[in-house]
Amino acid sequence: MELINNWPKYYKKDVVSHYCPGCGHGIVHRIVAELLEEMDLGKQAYLVCPAGCAVLAYNYFDFDVIESAHGRGTAIATGAKRAKPGLFVISYQGDGDLSAIGTAETIHSANRGENICVVFINNAVYGMTGGQMAPTSLIGQSTTTSPVGRNPEVDGYPLHITDVVANFPGVTYAERVSVSSPAAIKKTKKAIRNAFQTQVEGLGYSIVEVLSPCPTNWKMTPVQSCKWIDEEMVKEYKPGLLTDRREERRKEKS
Amino acid sequence: MSKKDKVFTVKVRRDFCKGCGLCIEFCKKEVLGVSAKLNRMGYNPAEPVKPEACIGCMMCAQVCPDMAIEVYSG
Repeated sequence: MELINNWPKYYKKDVVSHYCPGCGHGIVHRIVAELLEEMDLGKQAYLVCPAGCAVLAYNYFDFDVIESAHGRGTAIATGAKRAKPGLFVISYQGDGDLSAIGTAETIHSANRGENICVVFINNAVYGMTGGQMAPTSLIGQSTTTSPVGRNPEVDGYPLHITDVVANFPGVTYAERVSVSSPAAIKKTKKAIRNAFQTQVEGLGYSIVEVLSPCPTNWKMTPVQSCKWIDEEMVKEYKPGLLTDRREERRKEKS
Repeated sequence: MSKKDKVFTVKVRRDFCKGCGLCIEFCKKEVLGVSAKLNRMGYNPAEPVKPEACIGCMMCAQVCPDMAIEVYSG
């Protein structure tokens, strides 16, 4: 008997994560660890952890990880990449981190076109602090701070931060994917691989937004929350390629 | 040996499984079900209920957020 799905080399062996049952973080962690192994980048990998549910991601990854202040992931990633261009820098951030408190850092690092990868986990809620409304929450979505549903007159509209940065000339690759089904997970892996390849070739800023389930704070079962992504969330956040300027950049470089 | 003749075995690491049920939902061959016994963390983990039906498609391992599923061939 031969094991087909080996434990990824850069994911710590036999560690049980602190994530809730059905959380999308575990899937994206596995994808990141698998890709670093497949692309042979583990030795120079440098992951910037956010504040949020993934704050303890350094407990699970077996490569260099730094913890950032809330929202400042891309600023730290910028510093690391500029000081040591040989590093492979990934900023792993959630929606409360990247699109709320870290909006300035996100927008300016994207506008500067830093050569970093951003993995953006969008679950439309503040997960770690107990399910408060995030800028990315959907209209009508019930959270602990919007118990009757998000009202656009009071709370504004969902923030499409990836669409915003995708329009910047500095951004090379931007894609929105989800982890709600095995097919979507394969697409996610492909998108993150493209983003990693962008940085390896030195083509500039890449961002992958992952629509991820948060069953605990959505008050659903994990299966229901996957369905909710497919039925409700994709209406607001349409998955697909937002920007791909890799060919232009390759021509500019050569 | 062609792929059709291969035998696949799915195993669940009991103490890693948090009983989210995604593997049970996405398994087209209904190989997996919920265990009646609790694990160390107090969840009802998934377990193979029809192990002979496994075709090694790896859907369960793809969706598992906790890497609790091992698929063996041969």
